[in-house]
Amino acid sequence: MSVQSTIRLASIAFAAAGAAVAALFLIGPSAHAADKIDPAADAKAFQKYFTDKFPQLKLKDFVNGPYSMNEDMRKQWEEKEEFPPYEFALEAGKEMFTKPFKNGKTYADCFPNGGIGIRQNYPYFDQKEGKVVTLELALNQCREANGEAPISYVKDDMAALTAYMAYTSRGKPFDIKIPDDPRALQAFEDGKRYFYTRRGQLNFSCASCHVQNAGQRIRAETLAPALGILNAMPIYRSEWGSMGTTSRRFVTCNIQTRGVPLEPQSDEYRNLEYYLSYVSNGLPISGPGARP
Amino acid sequence: MSLFQIKSIRIKLLRVKASIATLALAASASALLLPAVHAAATEADFTAAYAAAEAANKEAGALRDQWTTTKTELDAAKKAADSGNFDQAVASAKEAEALAKASIDQATSEKDAWKALAIH
Repeated sequence: MSVQSTIRLASIAFAAAGAAVAALFLIGPSAHAADKIDPAADAKAFQKYFTDKFPQLKLKDFVNGPYSMNEDMRKQWEEKEEFPPYEFALEAGKEMFTKPFKNGKTYADCFPNGGIGIRQNYPYFDQKEGKVVTLELALNQCREANGEAPISYVKDDMAALTAYMAYTSRGKPFDIKIPDDPRALQAFEDGKRYFYTRRGQLNFSCASCHVQNAGQRIRAETLAPALGILNAMPIYRSEWGSMGTTSRRFVTCNIQTRGVPLEPQSDEYRNLEYYLSYVSNGLPISGPGARP
Repeated sequence: MSLFQIKSIRIKLLRVKASIATLALAASASALLLPAVHAAATEADFTAAYAAAEAANKEAGALRDQWTTTKTELDAAKKAADSGNFDQAVASAKEAEALAKASIDQATSEKDAWKALAIH
């Protein structure tokens, strides 16, 4: 082999190596991008999915769940709203909220703005604790800080309290923040994973019903879209014959797939609520709600 | 009696003998097989089957993916054992173990499979 052809071969090899290195630099970041946690991009894609799927609905209408799906359902909802079934809970919630604890303080002392008109900011990520704090959790933390026993996350008192707090926040857009903290991003991602993970003997994920089959019927029920689903919480469900909190909703969803539910306010449920609330940012609070 | 009639009777007798032989064979085969199929389960069988099912369900619990139907079968196994019906108790415990193992498979495969459903 001549010196010239040796040099030519060497330069080809260099060029190839250079191209490979350049390709690595080009491919590297985009491959990483697929795994990068990007809540803002997720929320945008999530909302687009639903607005594309239901082009006849305005974005704010999604908070009415199945009642926004067609004219008949909407009429049912309008009639229900004349004498809403959550009204008693609302009154009880207001009374509980304003009644002083044994130490003389009230719930108002635990929350910004005296707890009025703040529902849209929950859940939030507590950087001190390194965990998501939901409104239900914050209410029990408030009770315990004031020497009161915590109340059940799934029963009437908690539903009544959150109903009152949601009512004072009606119309305010969900404004969930994800701080620049890897733990907060991970909590969002964990909530997303829980939402899409199939579980229970029926092999359903939350998304199986509320994304892929939103608007479809499952027996007599119309499945609500996941977008805006928490904006109406807590809800009076005719099926339950009573009020239910977000915790109750998650627990019953798991049971319906023949899965053993987790304990209310477990890390998984808190993260799920964080994810679902964040992707509904911008949609108004409509709770308390009523559902079939 | 004609020769034809004698032959015909012999053929009939041979057929009856063959049927008796077939029946005897079937009876002895049943006698060999039946005890194996109907061997009654013991309390020890139940204890072992229940422990295996519980261990699998515990593993599913660690993966945060237990099924309600597993618990139903575990409860049924215990109830049957309490009433002394160990055949039923073992059958329910084995069903519970199969369900628990299916839930473990689900949790394991979903570790990555969930991404395919996610909206991007």
